[in-house]
Amino acid sequence: MNSWINLTALWKIVVVGLLAGAGLPALFAIGLRALSPARIAGSEQTQGGQSSGINPVGVTAAAVCFAVVLAAIGWGIYSIVSHS
Amino acid sequence: MSSNDLLMTLVVVTALSFDFTNGFHDTGNAMATSIATGALPPRIAVALSGVLNLVGAFLSFSVAATIASGLVQSHLVTPTVVFAGLVGGILWNLATWFFGIPSSSSHALIGGVIGSTLAAAGGHAVLWHGVVSKVILPAVLSPVIAGMIAALGTYMVYRLTQSVADGVRSRGFRIGQIGSASMVSLAHGTNDAQKTMGVITLALIANGSLAAGHKAPAWVIVSCALAISLGTYVGGWRVIRALGKGLVQIESPQGMAAESASAATILLSSNFGYSLSTTHVATGSILGSGVGKRGAEVRWGVAGRMATAWVLTLPAAGVGGALAYEAAHGIGGTAGVAVIFVALVACALGFYLNSRRTPVTAGNVNDEWTGSVVPTPTPVGAAA
Repeated sequence: MNSWINLTALWKIVVVGLLAGAGLPALFAIGLRALSPARIAGSEQTQGGQSSGINPVGVTAAAVCFAVVLAAIGWGIYSIVSHS
Repeated sequence: MSSNDLLMTLVVVTALSFDFTNGFHDTGNAMATSIATGALPPRIAVALSGVLNLVGAFLSFSVAATIASGLVQSHLVTPTVVFAGLVGGILWNLATWFFGIPSSSSHALIGGVIGSTLAAAGGHAVLWHGVVSKVILPAVLSPVIAGMIAALGTYMVYRLTQSVADGVRSRGFRIGQIGSASMVSLAHGTNDAQKTMGVITLALIANGSLAAGHKAPAWVIVSCALAISLGTYVGGWRVIRALGKGLVQIESPQGMAAESASAATILLSSNFGYSLSTTHVATGSILGSGVGKRGAEVRWGVAGRMATAWVLTLPAAGVGGALAYEAAHGIGGTAGVAVIFVALVACALGFYLNSRRTPVTAGNVNDEWTGSVVPTPTPVGAAA
């Protein structure tokens, strides 16, 4: 580490930044994809209560993805409160 | 009211005005992409961002690190120096807003304070090593890092949702966008409101009203939080338009990737003690989201103009700060500060009235980009 730039901080920001900043949207995308086969593509009625087409594995996978994303947001808020 | 009371009142009012310009200049950092993709109606977006900035300003109370510590010799700073620095920052913020350029409010403030310190005490009063390592290097690196993260995020998001119907995908990512943009607003309130709190605290310490090393008093925290939140709610529509429509034709998956990259970069960096420019990070992320999507058009010309303005921000605000100090000091005492204050109000009014001739509002912010709304930047005061 030299006095002009903190290289340790830099690589941590890049690596964790990639995990959180790019990984979380990717996870969100996976969640969306896991849910989507249940919906009829092109149909405007996505609010419909007929859940006959819903695939329980997909729903579970989506729930896990979204839960991880929410947990990461919670961690982000915690990091604002405790530091910065 | 004694002469000193009047001086301190003017300094505080100017600092809060800066905070207000900081708010409306930076609304776009968080909300430009959500407005551009229709995830949120423009008015709702700025209101949400305003509330989250208010909340963000109260989330953290570690105001000990003022903006000036490590950048200038704080014992050489007087209330007049702080005042002149703020004037330089406000003028640059207004000029760049007028031309729809998302330049960094933090750099405008830092540049202004450095300029006025230079004019007041000379080169030895500025800690150049701190300026390079804490301000300039992070400013060069952060947009690149944020852009990389956003590009990768965008690429993955489109790859992973190839099989998902377009309508479902847009709707889903709009929800994600609201969440990620909210995080950026929150982080902005925490970071930027604190900078003004730090400046007012610095002026109070310089005046002897507060012991050195003291934290910001409660009234400073509350008034700064309100000023930045109000500014955010007013909405800098010119800057929002430049960011949301000018750089990249943005879709909701790109918007979510861009805001996630911004939020992650800002929060991580402040964890390591770097107080980054939210503006640089957000612009880098939006560019990255254009790079990461195959076939997306990225208007590098617009980006180049923004980058030019970024390079100019520190010196231009510095010159403004130095001139304001020389003028106030030349006239002398509280009267000098009062005269410059009146001149500042006149300039601000000039910018505002000029902007009314070619208004950008919640109603036309999303109009098709024709490339002519944002002319090339001109020096501070040219349009005043």
